[in-house]
Amino acid sequence: MTVHQLSIFVENRQGTLIKVLQLLKEANVQLIASTIADTVEYGIYRVICSEPERAFEILKAQGISVALSDVFAIELDDEVGRAADTLTLFSEEEISIAYMYSFLLNGKGILVFRTDNEEKTRKVIEEHQLKYIPEKDLSKY
Amino acid sequence: MAVWNPTKECMSRDEMSELQGRRLHKIVDYVYHNTPFYRHKMQELGVEPDDITTIEDIVKLPFTTKKDLRDNYPFGLQAAPKTELVRVHASSGTTGNPTIVGYTRKDIGVWSEVAARCFTAFGVGRDDTFSVAYGYGMFTGGLGAHYGIENLGATVLPASTGNTEKHARLIHDLGITGIACTPSYALHLAETIEKIGLSKDDLNLRIGAFGAEPWTENMRREIEGRLGLKAYNIYGLSEIMGPGVSYECEMQHGSHINEDHFYPEIVNPDTLQPVGKDTVGELVFTTLTKEGMPLLRYRTRDLCTLMGGECGCGRTSVRMSRIIGRSDDMLIIRGINVFPSQIESVILSIPEFEPQYVIIADRQGNLDTLQIQVEVRPEFFTDDVRTIESFQMRLADKIRSVISISASVRVMFPGSIERSQGKGNHVIDKRKLI
Repeated sequence: MTVHQLSIFVENRQGTLIKVLQLLKEANVQLIASTIADTVEYGIYRVICSEPERAFEILKAQGISVALSDVFAIELDDEVGRAADTLTLFSEEEISIAYMYSFLLNGKGILVFRTDNEEKTRKVIEEHQLKYIPEKDLSKY
Repeated sequence: MAVWNPTKECMSRDEMSELQGRRLHKIVDYVYHNTPFYRHKMQELGVEPDDITTIEDIVKLPFTTKKDLRDNYPFGLQAAPKTELVRVHASSGTTGNPTIVGYTRKDIGVWSEVAARCFTAFGVGRDDTFSVAYGYGMFTGGLGAHYGIENLGATVLPASTGNTEKHARLIHDLGITGIACTPSYALHLAETIEKIGLSKDDLNLRIGAFGAEPWTENMRREIEGRLGLKAYNIYGLSEIMGPGVSYECEMQHGSHINEDHFYPEIVNPDTLQPVGKDTVGELVFTTLTKEGMPLLRYRTRDLCTLMGGECGCGRTSVRMSRIIGRSDDMLIIRGINVFPSQIESVILSIPEFEPQYVIIADRQGNLDTLQIQVEVRPEFFTDDVRTIESFQMRLADKIRSVISISASVRVMFPGSIERSQGKGNHVIDKRKLI
């Protein structure tokens, strides 16, 4: 139901993002989706990638501030309104989205998000039989 | 312009030396018998009060440092018995211990006298209404200026700091003619006055007395231009008395030292040997008349030169140049003394941060700013921005409680702050003050 995501601390300064990307490249890690949440001074670079555990260890060994977290990844048909319909289900249960991003994978929309209540979120996904991406589907890359 | 006490301020050099010698002997005799700290120091050097007969003998005496004040916290260096003290001030100090200075009734009288000399030299008279916008309270700035102005018979508005809009309005409504505050606060006030729709032409301001932090000729010109007044420097430090140790006259060529009460020397900060005239060194003061906490050869850490010769204003007293730096790493931020070691001890007390740090002092708009750059330890990093912000807030709150001014905390990329060997260069002062 959840997939591993890397959260990497990046300072708002030229060169810091490149440093991270270079390390991932050298480790032969494939990026699948990524997004940066920024504050005034720094950002958190969130990455879905192949072999996230290995990537995590590699970055950590290089002294990078990185966290490995679990996020929900739901598959949606690539049609107008699917995201709105899906999020309504969470909203009705008073679940708040902490952050969210999306990408396309094999013609399907993938919604990645974290909520303020993991347990309730799981329940909603089960009840409504939402399709989620198993981790192994991502590691094919 | 008028001179408050021509007998002292325009005394011949010979008479002044003679007076200083007499007073030095008396104060040395007094501390020898009333301050065990000085008795022990003098005994170590093999000096007795009767060895001190002229002012030139001062070089035989021991120095006093801020550390001595700290080590003898709170009342170890007070010479007068507690029953004689009428006031105690407490200034910021390193590692949490403030510097405690007790004043006897006579000390307060001397302070009012020397401060009145300053404000008279600035051209203040009985017709003036002066707003004192130094902080009132434990800091010496507010009350020191207040007593001097009252002593000479002008009217005081004890504005203190904060509440700037109300203050700006009162400057207009009361027809305030003079203001005493830090130069950076003067510029902040100028902004506020403009913000509430007033201009300097609506005001009666004509005299400004600024001090408690280093400032430049550029700042002087800017303050004068924006507030429509003439800006004078007033110098002091709480260990010696407070504002009123020295002051500019209308010539504005150095600050006249009230040397019948505070004897100045300039020494090489490394060798502690006196340096020649017009050579930069560390300013050292001996209080010649103080009863509460007299100090011998107190090292101010301020770097400047001394100038002799009669001044165009008629005063004969020695003048000190503008302060051009410090012989330690102390920063003066918005008039408050800040030691990097204080900030370091706070950073070390929060496990989420690495021990490396950089302190950046800057001036944005017209106010000093302080930024602390730190790194979050990788093991404390989380996916949650709020958690990281809570680390920053915790550090900022603790720093504010220790140094009593606020600093912004910037989280840096791990490993990006230079790891230096030994005593690192942790402090960057971007303010251009010289």
